[in-house]
Amino acid sequence: MAAHTGCLLEMKGIKKSFHQNQVLKGIDLDVKAGEVHVLLGENGAGKSTLIKILTGAYQKDAGEIYWEGSIVHLDQPVDAMKLGIATIYQELNVIPELKVYENIFLGRELKRGGKISLLHHRAMRKEAERCLETLGQNPKLANEQLGKLGIGQQQLVEIAKAIALEAKLIIMDEPTSSLSAQEVEQLYKVVEELKKKGIAIIFISHRLEEIKYLGDRITILRDGFKIKTLPVKTTEPDYWIELMVGRTLDEKFPKHSFALGKEGFRVENFVVKGAKEPVNFSVRYGEIVGISGLVGAGRTELARAIFGVDSHKGGKVYIDGKEVRIKSPRDAIKAGIAFITEDRKSEGLLLDQPLDFNIGIANMDKFKRGIGLLDLKALRKEALNYVKELKIRPDNIELHSRNLSGGNQQKVVIAKWLCTRAKVFIFDEPTRGIDVGAKVEVYRLMNQLIANGSIVLMISSDLPEILGMCDRVLVMNEGKLTANLPIHEASQDKIMKAATGG
Amino acid sequence: MNEVAVENKNDLSVKTENEHPKNKQTFKKVLSKLGPLLALIILVAVLTLLSDKFLTINNLMNIASQSSINALLGIGMLLAILTAGIDLSVGAILAVSIMFMGIVTVKMGLNPIIGLIVCLAVGTGFGFLNGVLLTKLHLPHPFISTLGTQFIGRGIALIVTAAAPIAGFPLMIQFVGNQFVGPIPVSFLLVIVVYVIFHIFLTRTKTGRYIYAIGGNPEAARLSGINVDRVLLIVYSLSGLMAGLAGLVMVGRVNSAFPLAGLNYESDAIAAVIIGGASFFGGVGTVYGTLIGALTIAVLRNGLNLLNVSADSQMAVIGIVIIAAVYVDVLRQRRSKNKK
Repeated sequence: MAAHTGCLLEMKGIKKSFHQNQVLKGIDLDVKAGEVHVLLGENGAGKSTLIKILTGAYQKDAGEIYWEGSIVHLDQPVDAMKLGIATIYQELNVIPELKVYENIFLGRELKRGGKISLLHHRAMRKEAERCLETLGQNPKLANEQLGKLGIGQQQLVEIAKAIALEAKLIIMDEPTSSLSAQEVEQLYKVVEELKKKGIAIIFISHRLEEIKYLGDRITILRDGFKIKTLPVKTTEPDYWIELMVGRTLDEKFPKHSFALGKEGFRVENFVVKGAKEPVNFSVRYGEIVGISGLVGAGRTELARAIFGVDSHKGGKVYIDGKEVRIKSPRDAIKAGIAFITEDRKSEGLLLDQPLDFNIGIANMDKFKRGIGLLDLKALRKEALNYVKELKIRPDNIELHSRNLSGGNQQKVVIAKWLCTRAKVFIFDEPTRGIDVGAKVEVYRLMNQLIANGSIVLMISSDLPEILGMCDRVLVMNEGKLTANLPIHEASQDKIMKAATGG
Repeated sequence: MNEVAVENKNDLSVKTENEHPKNKQTFKKVLSKLGPLLALIILVAVLTLLSDKFLTINNLMNIASQSSINALLGIGMLLAILTAGIDLSVGAILAVSIMFMGIVTVKMGLNPIIGLIVCLAVGTGFGFLNGVLLTKLHLPHPFISTLGTQFIGRGIALIVTAAAPIAGFPLMIQFVGNQFVGPIPVSFLLVIVVYVIFHIFLTRTKTGRYIYAIGGNPEAARLSGINVDRVLLIVYSLSGLMAGLAGLVMVGRVNSAFPLAGLNYESDAIAAVIIGGASFFGGVGTVYGTLIGALTIAVLRNGLNLLNVSADSQMAVIGIVIIAAVYVDVLRQRRSKNKK
């Protein structure tokens, strides 16, 4: 019995390879009861593989896992569940059609005694109420239909489910990435509650402020190695990043200022669904314009309408002073607009297709020769150029895009739009869920786009990013523009005020 | 302070190991491509051992000829399945097409070329209708629209001649179905030509690549400027065209058109596509695989006949083969998923 360690979980020398590619090269990790243990690393550093081994989704090649001092084997997810390991994934595992308490008891419903074993709804509801209450939530939530709740509350239901399962360790994989500011606050409170109960939390996040705020210890991974475990409170985020990327990042926001040119892009009279006033704005050459606002302020809806994804009435788009008619994404692409969507996987990538095809898909005409056959060599060559230019890794264009890390997937999506020779680039949360190193690369690319005479618009919920990269910021609230600020006049307070309509 | 700095330096020197899995990858790629073919080869080997009549030119040509109708239907089905759809109406479309061809050439006595055109046009038209139902009426899944047209097509095939068969087609129409070039049946040559064209279509043309894109991720396809509706119309029209072509082969073989022709042929076509390694979720599948799938079914039927297995038991065996083939694919996918 290794009780002397006093750890809830200890992983020692964990190794894992896929094909001949060693992803984990001997990782140690220990987690104590009641602590928030942060895992930090670039995309592809091995975080998700390590987590999947811990949840029983993958099997380790070598190494040992100790749980409360004794060695355990996690051959399948149910083994981890039985120990008391629960995971809150980015994509929530809930069934919107069912009620909250039914979700909490999904798969292990309480039954009445007797031969027919009917479901015991009242007991389940009571227990669900209790779990919600321990999280500081309104117990009445238990009887709501889950689909009617916001993302933040749905996530709390998942946490309540973990509590109902008497989890001792909860793994949270970027839990705040799709939450609004208020929901994030609420989650922080819940995490505090969990700590008080002695529940350990493995917390994966790229948001440094949040790590600093919540974390107790931080383990930094790079290239499949554990670099270091540090106390959070007495070390600096800059140092973590240094350890994480293996070099010092000169600057988080590589902002360049360019000479302001004439107006290149103008949007007139776009009425976002649910709003009363139309949206009007314009963008000049040489400036990056940010669109800020709370989740649900209508920013993505505006971009989708401009790009012709959703229909709109009466909105007009001008490029270089000339009106362009856009009824479908096809028209938008022809007009020279690119839309780098928020959700890479569901809207940007063909996950089971090779990289060259992913990159060329929006501009196949470019590779058409003679009687309409595609010049596959030219496609491969062009794709390879982008792979090199954007440093997409691995640099194998035959690989399916599913097999790339988030940051590299984002680069593939950007390459797709570069390949269309677009003039106007609308980025929607371009750095969500990608690591610090890849973020900087995306920012540099925006600089390059501006330098090459493109128009860049960036929708972002990340205020430091808006303040760090943009020359001007538009703020939206309930579908209308509430502020248009040059960056030197903008501040977090001013933006938040405009974003909340105050 | 100093200590930290030193440690820090050490940490930063950690490097990625260089991997070179290329050789092994190409080997695995070849193996996964060989997958369906391997099964066919094993099947052929077993049947050769069990029956001395199996591996003869005569019998092989028999198989080639027997596989051709299903191969033609299968290639249309492949397109539908690549877009994450399905075409349940191909058997019925085949019947309607040949009934109309029969009316035009036999009953009305028009030029066989006109009959041929009518046959292909009716097939394509029905396919187009499938596409319209899917893209314009926004029926939730082609399973529903093509199930509907299956009944409609079969109904029309029965109505037009009050369920009577039409026999006595001109030789020119029978040519594809019952003639040979040397030992090789013309119908199989037709299959080869069609398959080469479809291979080029799917791998080397814009629309062909779009078919894969739509099956893989329709939303991403639309946001990449692909006219999804147009591509789906083409897909179902082509599937209908192939059903008409398969009808032509059938008329040649039996020298008659009958309203219940092609009954349940969609099942064989789906089986060929799936045995050939295509994914029901769309975006994955090859022309080559579908050909192997169609040949596998033909070899199986032929072999079971040679072994005097009754038609009833044959059905059960083929069912088992379909499930086994898809299960192997599931295992393969699960393994590759686990690898990432």
